[in-house]
Amino acid sequence: MACFLVTAAEAIVVTAAAKIVKKNERSAESLKLEKKAETETTHENKLPWSRKLMILASLLWGGAFLLCYEHIWHGEVVPFFPFLTAMNDPGDTAEMLHEMSTVGVTMALIVTVVWAIMMFAADKIMARPDPEPVEAAA
Amino acid sequence: MTLLICVFAAILFTFKWYQRKDDSMLLGVPCVCFWGASLMWLGDAIFGYAEDGAAFFEPEAAEMLNDAYLGLSVVALGMILWLVILLIKDPKGIVKASLKKKAE
Repeated sequence: MACFLVTAAEAIVVTAAAKIVKKNERSAESLKLEKKAETETTHENKLPWSRKLMILASLLWGGAFLLCYEHIWHGEVVPFFPFLTAMNDPGDTAEMLHEMSTVGVTMALIVTVVWAIMMFAADKIMARPDPEPVEAAA
Repeated sequence: MTLLICVFAAILFTFKWYQRKDDSMLLGVPCVCFWGASLMWLGDAIFGYAEDGAAFFEPEAAEMLNDAYLGLSVVALGMILWLVILLIKDPKGIVKASLKKKAE
């Protein structure tokens, strides 16, 4: 009915968080540049948090966008007020809220858990030594 | 059916993303878009299965056809979104060069 609204709300929060984290990372980076001699040889082997959060935000925005289309397809979202057909009837509204708190929250949890596993794997991959270039077979 | 079509689109774009030589085609955009939607429809499918049991895997032919039609249009919409982002970001500068050429 409107389960995509839960993921869209999470997407808004995550995008805002990513922007704040990026700002903080930039100021931390400029501080680091002042201590140039120490940092010159250090090697980044972890994804910055702002990038990790942007990946989560992209997953959530992309999914919410396509799910919104599915709801338009099924006539649950309309281009005029109140935009959600379930809002016209109190019974339907209760059902919609129930669906948002069950299906919507589960969707958001699945995306977030998969993203957390992906980022854990990404950090492990980043920590690996660079692979040797593949030589052409003789 | 919608979930299945979306998962196939996600796998295909991930495969192309892995093969890419540079990021000029922004292949990460359709990847995250289709994976995000697939994961969300997976959540929906879990609830559908909990409600209908095994009958969830035996949809009516008309329902399946409608879902397939929806799945294909979802893929088309995702690809249009990717195309719009690609043309706006214009990583290779092709749109800008073309516009400059016409202005001359």
